[in-house]
Amino acid sequence: MSSVTAVPEVPVVDVEKRRRAALIVIACTLIIGAAQYLIKLGANQLAAQQHSVHSGSVSLQAAVMGIFTNPAIFSGYCLYGIFTVLFVFALRHGELSILYPLISLGYVWVAIIGVLAFHEAMNPLKLTGIAIIMAGVTVLGRGSTK
Amino acid sequence: MTTPISSIALVLVGAVIGSFGAIFLKWGAHALSRSWTSIVYNWKLAVGIATYLLSSVLFVKGMTNGELSVLFPMVSVGYICTLLWSHLFFQERITRAKLAGVGLILIGIVFLGFGNAAR
Repeated sequence: MSSVTAVPEVPVVDVEKRRRAALIVIACTLIIGAAQYLIKLGANQLAAQQHSVHSGSVSLQAAVMGIFTNPAIFSGYCLYGIFTVLFVFALRHGELSILYPLISLGYVWVAIIGVLAFHEAMNPLKLTGIAIIMAGVTVLGRGSTK
Repeated sequence: MTTPISSIALVLVGAVIGSFGAIFLKWGAHALSRSWTSIVYNWKLAVGIATYLLSSVLFVKGMTNGELSVLFPMVSVGYICTLLWSHLFFQERITRAKLAGVGLILIGIVFLGFGNAAR
């Protein structure tokens, strides 16, 4: 009798685990968004510091120094460290074919951050490009699971 | 053009360099055991981390002059390179699905580039 009730219980636990893995991955995409926001914010600060000298991108040395001494860029890369740990954890418990499409959500957040926080221009060509890249990452991720 | 070609080139080159990082990390991971010395004296892991660092420096340099919404999605070329290196160095199979993913990412990057030039 116990075996009759035990059969449907196994997938229920599985579904719960997979749902948790999916939620962790969605949290991962938000972390990527936050990390990219911080890195861009810091990069803009580096550019502003050097703007009195000349315009354009900063020197290679300034970029190296920036990663370690600019608080925004440094915290951005720390978030990437947290992202990596969480993602590896999620990969253990979830199905890759579901997790890879979810991870491409990061592109959506980054595009929204670009427009809202940094007043970047959005046009149909850029939107299409981002959507196609998301599809590509999804297909590539799913292809790697088989 | 809001994001100069030089910044796009920096981010693309950074992504290609970063894709080697994954290869070195995987290579180094094969030689790992439970002892701490196997991590510290593992030159492949060190090269992997150094490679990621170099890739990050190029990414930050590119980001100081350009749009986040153009440059960040371009990092996805790294996935294409990782696919290529894992085929060359670890004999992983390139399936039709993986090729389709590569094609889509490349087309997406071209669209982004045109979108960047359009305004």
